Amino acid sequence: MENDKLVIGGKEFDSRFILGSGKYSMKLIEAAIKDAGAQIITLAVRRTNTKEEENILDYIPENVTLLPNTSGARDAKEAVRIARLARELGCGDFVKVEIMRDSKYLLPDNYETIKATEILAKEGFVVMPYMYPDLNVARELQNVGAATIMPLASPIGSNKGLATKEFIQILIDEIDLPIIVDAGIGKPSQACEAMEMGAAAIMANTALATAGELTLMASAFKDAIEAGRKAYLAGLGRVLTRGASASDPLTGFLH
Amino acid sequence: MENNFLIDSEELSETALRRKHQIENDPSSRINHMEYLPGMDVINSDIQSKVIEEMNSYDYNRYTGKDVLRALASDKCTIEDFKALLSPAAEPYLEQMAAKAQKETSKHFGNTVYLFTPLYIANYCENYCVYCGFNCYNRIKRLKLSMEQIEHEMQVIADSGMEEILILTGESPAKSDVKYIGEACKIARKYFKMVGIEIYPVNVEDYKYLHECGVDYVTVFQETYDSDKYETLHLMGNKRVWPYRFDSQERALMGGMRGVACAALLGLSDFRKDALASGLHVHYLQRKYPHAEMSLSCPRLRPIINNETINPLDVGERQLCQILCAYRIFLPYCGITVSSRESAEFRNGIAKIAATKVSAGVSTGIGDHDEKYNGEQTEASGDEQFEITDGRSLEKMYIDMAEEGLQPVFNDYIYVG
Repeated sequence: MENDKLVIGGKEFDSRFILGSGKYSMKLIEAAIKDAGAQIITLAVRRTNTKEEENILDYIPENVTLLPNTSGARDAKEAVRIARLARELGCGDFVKVEIMRDSKYLLPDNYETIKATEILAKEGFVVMPYMYPDLNVARELQNVGAATIMPLASPIGSNKGLATKEFIQILIDEIDLPIIVDAGIGKPSQACEAMEMGAAAIMANTALATAGELTLMASAFKDAIEAGRKAYLAGLGRVLTRGASASDPLTGFLH
Repeated sequence: MENNFLIDSEELSETALRRKHQIENDPSSRINHMEYLPGMDVINSDIQSKVIEEMNSYDYNRYTGKDVLRALASDKCTIEDFKALLSPAAEPYLEQMAAKAQKETSKHFGNTVYLFTPLYIANYCENYCVYCGFNCYNRIKRLKLSMEQIEHEMQVIADSGMEEILILTGESPAKSDVKYIGEACKIARKYFKMVGIEIYPVNVEDYKYLHECGVDYVTVFQETYDSDKYETLHLMGNKRVWPYRFDSQERALMGGMRGVACAALLGLSDFRKDALASGLHVHYLQRKYPHAEMSLSCPRLRPIINNETINPLDVGERQLCQILCAYRIFLPYCGITVSSRESAEFRNGIAKIAATKVSAGVSTGIGDHDEKYNGEQTEASGDEQFEITDGRSLEKMYIDMAEEGLQPVFNDYIYVG
């Protein structure tokens, strides 16, 4: 376990919890770092682009990696522009590409995401694309230089859990990049389940932001993610589909 | 009960008065309000007919408490559910509606509330809209700010910490043309992260130009979706053309704008039908332009200079709250702006339930921000469009919203062209 690191773009992380950017508050960032152990914090560039006294950037400790995202981008071109701006703002080379052309469900546009990932990877960014779990798209993202793949579990902010479970499992099985489950995880048990499946990390925001007690929920996520990871590494025990297993082997008559 | 809108000013000339009375009393002296004027883009959209058919067939007295409870219990809100929530039958369920609305707001927006301020740069107007303080027959002090004055106003506002601005004018393409507004928006880009406009409707090409000048959001109030009623309130000027106004949001999106806002001015007509139409206008626009960011406003009639008696009639705060909860439940993704027409108490309360954006440091007059913000006497200023109720400064609003447990946000936006 001690050597079990999450590696993204050559950088090692001990924590497998990443804080999303949807519902931001300073309290949330604090809880994510202290109680959930987050080492990566997503940052909406459009929200940092402000003169506000309480600038989010000031609240991020130095040992925490900033993951600026391109939220607000409607196509590849806009995402690339926002990513470059993030770099200029001193946010480093990590970037989460998220491109939405749908203001109702905020579902990612896979096609534009591939285009933006290709451009940004060539420019030396560590690109972490948010996507709808589609195997062909994930392969293409890998081909064009993505550092991870970030499939959604269910619509963002919905807390509905692993609605796309089967498809995320396929990505985990087939793609040789860390698969980070992003969006829709509403409870620690769901995070744990995704980790048991072999997900490399969990990104969440709303599940914490809308919890009754923020700090307690943050630590619950930490425990759940660690438990799921351990279970995955240990190899899950078998599950019986029906009835019990006979103690006498059925083929006992064969000598 | 009706508002008495028709006020004669003693300063009007005899000819002007004669013309005013003729246009008020003789419908045949007015232009056809359903006919586009030469030069107006005709985009042949299907949204108009969809909204109007639903509105015309809406019989809100048909709905019962059972319909309301079904709507509240459902995961999704259909158009039928929305109609039930806007009906009189929903009134006893206001608290439950608020609880559901609050959940939806929190799902989509967390506990954030966006702050912005409007800036009126000119109050000349060529329309005769009987309820509006800027109408061409209302004797008020008119003013159009020069570019230097605009820059100064913007500096004063930006110094207060504001990052989002909404630029408004009266509807006078002659006095404040698109070029003038565009230049003002270019200045605004220097001082603010986000620039919106609330000006007279223009063609696609003009919206495109304004977008290039830095504008991303366009607000156009339809005032009332009942075109027959509309005709009796907008007696003269381009604004009289109802369908051209209806298409504004679509033209703005075709011109590359990022988001649009719709609204009916509550108190002008049957508010339940107007609220239904406003919500459906957003609903159908979103289906057709899924990338666009949609917002709704909910203005109620207010007193104006020379007519203190104008009021929103049967649209009380309870009704307004019902409308806003119904908007939120039907359109969970939609931004909802509540302006300074409403009281501080109402705005504090509704920001916790359904509103996502409130204005602060507001003046609806022209060129008086120095006076308002810094207490410095302004040489010349123009009169206001309507009386505001909530005069809180940005600083006060920030504190109050935070005290309500909300997170005030100045900017959540990045201009990418």
